[in-house]
Amino acid sequence: MSIAQRIEDQGLPPAFLRWFASRGWSPRSHQLDLLEHARGGRSTLLIAPTGAGKTLAGFLPSLVELAHREPKKAGMARRSIHTLYVSPLKALAVDVARNVETPITEMKLPIRIESRTGDTPQAKRQRQKVDPPDILLTTPEQVALLLASREAEDLFRGLRRIIVDELHALAPTKRGDLLALGLARLRTLAPDATITGLSATVSNPDDLRRWLVGQPSNGGSLPLTRSPAGHSTSTRFTGRGNLADLVIVEGGAQPDIHIHETGEHLPWSGHAARHALPAVYEEIKRHRMTLIFVNTRFVAEFAFQELWRLNSDDLPIALHHGSLDVAQRRRVEAAMAAGKLRAVVATSTLDLGIDWGDIDLVVHVGSPKGSSRLLQRIGRANHRMDEPSKAIIVPGSRFERVECEATRAAALAGEQDAETVRIGGLDVLAQHVLGMACPWPFDADELYDQVTSAAPYSALSRADFDAVLNFVANGGYALKSYDRFAKIRRNKDGHWRVANPQTALRYRLNVGTITEAEMIKIRLIRGSGGGGGLTGPIGRGGRVLGELEEGFVNMLSPGDSFVFGGEILQFHAVVENFAYCSRSNASDPKVPSYAGSKMPFTTGVAARVRKMIADPESWEVFPEQVREWLEIQQKRSIIPGPDQLLVETFPRGGRYFLTCYPFEGRLAHQTLGMLLTRRMERAKLRPLGFVATDYAVTIWGLKDVAHEIARGRLSIEALFDQDMLGDDLEEWLAESSLMKRTFRDCAIIAGLIERNFPGQKKTGRQVTMSSDLVYDVLRRHEPDHVLLRAARADAARGLLDIARLGEMLARVKGHVIHKPLDRVSPLAVPGILEIGREPIYGEAQDALIEEAAEELVAEAMGSA
Amino acid sequence: MSETTEFDLLDTPFTVLPEGGLWHDGERALIVADLHFEKGSAYAARGRGLFPPYDTAATLALLERLVARLQPKTVMALGDSFHDSRAGERIHKSDVDVLCGLQTGRDWIWIAGNHDPEPPSCVTGDWLPELRIGNIVLRHEPTPGEAPGEIAGHLHPVAKIRVRGSGVRRRCVATDGKRAILPAFGAYAGGLNVRDRAFSTLFAPEALCAWMLGNQGVYRMPVSRLVPDGY
Repeated sequence: MSIAQRIEDQGLPPAFLRWFASRGWSPRSHQLDLLEHARGGRSTLLIAPTGAGKTLAGFLPSLVELAHREPKKAGMARRSIHTLYVSPLKALAVDVARNVETPITEMKLPIRIESRTGDTPQAKRQRQKVDPPDILLTTPEQVALLLASREAEDLFRGLRRIIVDELHALAPTKRGDLLALGLARLRTLAPDATITGLSATVSNPDDLRRWLVGQPSNGGSLPLTRSPAGHSTSTRFTGRGNLADLVIVEGGAQPDIHIHETGEHLPWSGHAARHALPAVYEEIKRHRMTLIFVNTRFVAEFAFQELWRLNSDDLPIALHHGSLDVAQRRRVEAAMAAGKLRAVVATSTLDLGIDWGDIDLVVHVGSPKGSSRLLQRIGRANHRMDEPSKAIIVPGSRFERVECEATRAAALAGEQDAETVRIGGLDVLAQHVLGMACPWPFDADELYDQVTSAAPYSALSRADFDAVLNFVANGGYALKSYDRFAKIRRNKDGHWRVANPQTALRYRLNVGTITEAEMIKIRLIRGSGGGGGLTGPIGRGGRVLGELEEGFVNMLSPGDSFVFGGEILQFHAVVENFAYCSRSNASDPKVPSYAGSKMPFTTGVAARVRKMIADPESWEVFPEQVREWLEIQQKRSIIPGPDQLLVETFPRGGRYFLTCYPFEGRLAHQTLGMLLTRRMERAKLRPLGFVATDYAVTIWGLKDVAHEIARGRLSIEALFDQDMLGDDLEEWLAESSLMKRTFRDCAIIAGLIERNFPGQKKTGRQVTMSSDLVYDVLRRHEPDHVLLRAARADAARGLLDIARLGEMLARVKGHVIHKPLDRVSPLAVPGILEIGREPIYGEAQDALIEEAAEELVAEAMGSA
Repeated sequence: MSETTEFDLLDTPFTVLPEGGLWHDGERALIVADLHFEKGSAYAARGRGLFPPYDTAATLALLERLVARLQPKTVMALGDSFHDSRAGERIHKSDVDVLCGLQTGRDWIWIAGNHDPEPPSCVTGDWLPELRIGNIVLRHEPTPGEAPGEIAGHLHPVAKIRVRGSGVRRRCVATDGKRAILPAFGAYAGGLNVRDRAFSTLFAPEALCAWMLGNQGVYRMPVSRLVPDGY
């Protein structure tokens, strides 16, 4: 059927046809598809690449319906929202409001559209509750807040449509959990509303189709699984369940992805790709607008600074990352949209959202770490779908050169390796349960049915639900001493209500699932001119440049210089919540040493890397220096097969090294390093420390491991036995600072610990309740408490990546090969070079204190 | 571990215990400060969070360990033993039983603190504003200015050092040989950095050192090694 025929059949109103024509457009096929699905009362998932007119497709059915609505009676306010649009980004909600206003104004449609975010003035938010717009654009947190208010029933009773934007980015996160629970509640308030999900291409569309709509409430019908070891390890919804309809817009032309081949020496380690930046600068000159993606804020700062050093033509090049002041970021976005920039160096802050201008080249400095991520970022270039997007990947090191090749191959094969969905977190559920008790009392059975209708929670057992409910009520401790201080209580008919208005207020202040690291704002003050730092007290005031993690600020000593926002700053002091810094004239800043990429590469890319390295014939695609590197490895040591785990041992500088190459990403490797050193310690091998990269774990110590193996006193297979994930893991986890951080996040989301609010003055540490202390006490007295279970589940998937480590250990069982060497091998060099640059892991802080104490003794005794 | 964990206050030797107390061998006295029993339930009662109600049990378990090991003749608790005046109404019976068991067969001296000016009815033992033993005086709140021989609590000292780029922050005993301030012993008690202004008038600046509590041992750090929070 031709589009023209369909337009007629769909009865796209004449005003809309004229509007499309006035823009020189005609409605696209998927836009009409969505109209048709909406008319049939169907919920739909639209998968389309950027630039396909996804947003308009999502709104078109609402606009058409609202345009033909009965005019409201004079003096009667409508109390209900017609269309609710939810996006993960505040800025997106605001920008989309602006974009959708264009057709509304131009067609003179009687439609009111407003956004509502954390930045919306309180008065306006209040007014929106009693006099809502027809279309409300908002975020998951605001949806939760609205649902927890008494106006919710009125606001949503007449809700017709829900649009969830960037669903692929939301669904696999805790914010996605929060929204999924909110949608479950909305389905009971407005059973006839339909939902449209807008998503980039994903590996398992069916998971998102389930995510969007209510699942049969027979409890446990949709268990989630992780597929077996050795393959992709993504979380999947299994079983049947209900599916939203699916509309797919095929991607445009195959992207044009180059890997930068340098004439310079390709570094052995690192990510910043300094060697390639002159070439990147030349590309900027050759293109209209270049978007330069990097993996971390530190590399962003570094690349930005280097590019300006090279910028003899004075090209407008800007910087965009999440720590910069919001106003500064908005200025950069506006300048991009207006075509006033030639290049922007950006982190993931520009991954999502509307189109920011006419980008004709995407450069990726450092490995993109995954195929989906690369495709998503390439999609930022060239929004005419029929022309290929152009991208250049710039490897920072030899291993990255191999990794980039693997990522490119995966991207060209259209492989999607990003997680699509996740199992709903119990901490998020706790927050939701409290929210649901705020407006009116709820019945626990009904709420359980409602919660399990959300796909991420469809496998939630009643026992776990009750554990969460009890946690919200009285802490859920075995020792029942808080009943009289309960936050929610049962009334006479057995329904749960919030115990007092203060609890509801606290809920509202603490809603949301984003628990940033403690951030410290940077204030710019005037320096002392000389090199001696400031004298006298540091005053207040000074412009705020942005913010930094407390952990990073803690690493700085007064006088240290670092790069921020493209400037070299000198650190002076922290006073209350501000880090006072001045401009520095240092030419070589102390760029933070842990400039590595934090995100591990995906299992899909990892499998390809292992295969490529194992197969010398595939090395032909690599440049001479990379090929040579691998060939010498082959000669001197071993090239491991794709399912083998190579372990090399060699002496160096008075230490004995052990390097293994699991290629499972830095998070799993950190965990592995921690467990291996524990085990080696017990075997009296006296390990001293280790570093983890995406590719390898390098451990050094005082005892010759090869010798122990040769003497039959140590089995290499036993060293890598899966049983390390048992008691050793438990023991280590208990003390791990990563675990404590994970626990803190869960405790904040679940409402045990309150957030720190910006501007709120930090009170002395002795009066605040420290999550670390709470963790220690809870772990010892009630190790199976629901909050510890939530934290463990997060740790397994998140910072510790235990799931991936477990799959690796299972895969290499019986395939661990030990190669004793008399010196470092080519593959081992990158790991060795990271020593001193990466933080040395080891939770044995006592050892550090001891070291400091020993240093002092040595100093006092005059031994050097 | 340092070879010795002993220091002299004026001329009286004290041993720093890794659990966070002091041992006076002459008197066979165990001195601890700021137990803050029932801090968790105090938060709950004020609607500030339902924290695990096991802090009193955890604090008592640690105390029990010390008592079993050292068999003190006297236990001295330097104030803020109870987090608030109603802690005695909220404390769990089993915790009271453990406490009574610890008190049996020895002297027990409670020094009054700002959180607990009055003793709760559930406990026995002597309740004193301060206690003098020779030239040593035990009180809750350190006296501003010079106070030779004073052992106090109240400030919850912690020390922070930096080693190889990592910060390590631990509870500590702060002393300059004339005065000692004990760390908080309570499981939920936070800490204040000894480099904070609150400590500056209490110690001779150069002579200050912190006995940091490690998991296994106690480590003496001179003031030159100590960094404020935020560094």
